[in-house]
Amino acid sequence: MSYLPNFIFLILIIVGGGIFLRNILRIKRNINLGKAVDRSDKTALRWKQMLRIALGQSKMGSKPIAAILHLIVYVGFIIINIELLEIILDGLLGTHRLFAPYLGNLYHILIGTFEILALLVIVAVVVFWIRRNGIRIKRFWKAEMKGWPKLDADLILYFEVVLMMLFLSMNATDYLLQQQESHYIQAGSFPVSKFLRPLFEGFSFNSLLLLERSFWWAHITGILVFLNYLYYSKHLHILLAFPNTFFAKLVPNGKFEVDEHIKKEVLMMLYPDRVVSETSSAVPSKFGASDVFDLNWTQLMNAYSCTECGRCTEACPANRTGKKLSPRKIMMDTRDRLTEVGENLNKNKGVFQNDEKQLLHDYISAEELWACTSCNACVEVCPIAIDPLSIIMDMRQYLVMEQSAAPQLLNSMMSNIENNGAPWPFSNQDRLQWANEQLN
Amino acid sequence: MKLNVPTLASLKEQGQKPDVVFWVGCAGSFDDRAKKITKAFVKILNHTNTSFAVLGTEESCTGDPAKRAGNEFLFQMQALQNIETLNRYDVTKIVTTCPHCFNTLKNEYPELGGKYEVLHHTQFLKTLIKEGKLKVEGGTYKGKRITFHDPCYLGRANSVFEAPRDLIQKLDAELVEMKSCRAKGLCCGAGGAQMFKDAETGEKEINVERTAEAIETKAEIIAAACPFCTTMMTDGIKHHKQEERVKVMDVAELIANAKDL
Ligand code: SF4
Ligand code: SF4
Repeated sequence: MSYLPNFIFLILIIVGGGIFLRNILRIKRNINLGKAVDRSDKTALRWKQMLRIALGQSKMGSKPIAAILHLIVYVGFIIINIELLEIILDGLLGTHRLFAPYLGNLYHILIGTFEILALLVIVAVVVFWIRRNGIRIKRFWKAEMKGWPKLDADLILYFEVVLMMLFLSMNATDYLLQQQESHYIQAGSFPVSKFLRPLFEGFSFNSLLLLERSFWWAHITGILVFLNYLYYSKHLHILLAFPNTFFAKLVPNGKFEVDEHIKKEVLMMLYPDRVVSETSSAVPSKFGASDVFDLNWTQLMNAYSCTECGRCTEACPANRTGKKLSPRKIMMDTRDRLTEVGENLNKNKGVFQNDEKQLLHDYISAEELWACTSCNACVEVCPIAIDPLSIIMDMRQYLVMEQSAAPQLLNSMMSNIENNGAPWPFSNQDRLQWANEQLN
Repeated sequence: MKLNVPTLASLKEQGQKPDVVFWVGCAGSFDDRAKKITKAFVKILNHTNTSFAVLGTEESCTGDPAKRAGNEFLFQMQALQNIETLNRYDVTKIVTTCPHCFNTLKNEYPELGGKYEVLHHTQFLKTLIKEGKLKVEGGTYKGKRITFHDPCYLGRANSVFEAPRDLIQKLDAELVEMKSCRAKGLCCGAGGAQMFKDAETGEKEINVERTAEAIETKAEIIAAACPFCTTMMTDGIKHHKQEERVKVMDVAELIANAKDL
């Protein structure tokens, strides 16, 4: 009978961890729906990029206040989670503050540090909330943030406050227990939770014990729920920011992908005598992208990683001047469509059933795509190296090459290039006329 | 004075090869405003006795606007034909006054078989100064407030931020920065083939937004380094009815003027 709590805890961990694992595998499967692209080169450089951008938060600095607040929550969460190890072991072994006897004074320092960090996290989260809901910073209130994205952002903040409060309340009651019973494990220093003690003073030993246990259980359960909440949330970035920055492109921003299949076709057209050997290569079923299947896996990982911070949209010249295009929405739409495709797969034993929908038109309109100036501002500013521009370009390619659906003026520009070698209707024979013209 | 503009073909006939090919670009060849930039740059090339040549009628669009509009096929057709021409002349080094040509030649031609050293004219001018071939002093622009508009395809796309600024500073001018500059520079609105189409519906045009930032700096001159930016910024300034007070000029024009070329 005395092992019942251990057993319940074990079940909790298995179920919580199991669902989490299933979610991660689903995300992996969905990302792998994307087309292949080789990012196995320059590993050393990739590690550096990941350490700099994801671990080192190097791109956050352009907004100093957000950077500091984010750093507090980020460091706070990582460090406080060291405590999680003890909590899990305590739960499984039925012990209490397992590490205390082994760590001695260090244990006091650790618990004290965790408490201070917990307080800092709460303060940072409150400021975050005020920025979103009090000051209403513009980028958090764009059209694409209505509904779930807004609720999601707030829920994450509430989650964090509740988890931190549970941790502190647990310590507050624990300390009072230590005071009342000398054979109760005496450990930890409580610089922050001591201010919560007045709330619990005057309770009997048993009530305190009940409270302490409740906080403890609620805390670990909350963590497991939060872990599984990631799957539905922009908070997934806390995991995916790392692979996302690792696999991000390393070439200059201005270099767009040169399509290999098209290269073969063009070579064959221009120089039929030169390329005879490689005629067997499969021609792709379509050019460009109209759905998530046509994007490559790094673009799909980008979509899952996006934090919906809106820095890209704020920097986007099209969005700044009131056009419909929002690079953040491009990423959110891609994720939403990918999630929809994933659900479809879950329901149909892993075989996608045509749902008469696609990323283009059902999620992203041609109007949005044509408003992009390919200026790379969104790519440059993204704190986790997401590339919305590449998705826009792939979708434009589909519109033009598969549907001949470019704006009329662009069609004229292209036929000019085709006929005269210039985007305007000038004869190529006049190309050097400027050299003979009068000087100014 | 007449410009001396040899073509690669004419030099080849004489058994000669230039040190560098000047890629003029479509705007630089046909657009009235951009042609002035082309001429200013050639004046400097002539003045410094630089051994260069142009492709002339053998040059064709790099394919940049087609690629950015989504027509990869047309882009590659253009690219492969240009590469064929350039390689026929054993070209190794190219300079261009257009950041779009610069980006495409530098980044997207190598995979298609066109591997050259490609420089933007601001980088090239800087080297001329460094080698002592070009001496630049303030003159007309001494003490003038000049702001520099970063072309997206030079700055963010290829991390060239300092070369044009160094040149402006050589003019003894007072370089002032706009609110968004360098990696955070705001687009003029022309890139990604926007130059050739109407903007989508919105509250305003992008060049109006950008020139508002430029006007805020109280600069007398907006220095640009791209023929498309030059056009967009000039139009933006007109929109704000500031054309009497603010001039838009390419860095090459500033230098040619300062030297009274
Ligand atoms: S590249 Fe396109 S989407 Fe990105 S900021 Fe520039 S205009 Fe906006
Ligand atoms: S793409 Fe990057 S910058 Fe844009 S919202 Fe997502 S995380 Fe933020």
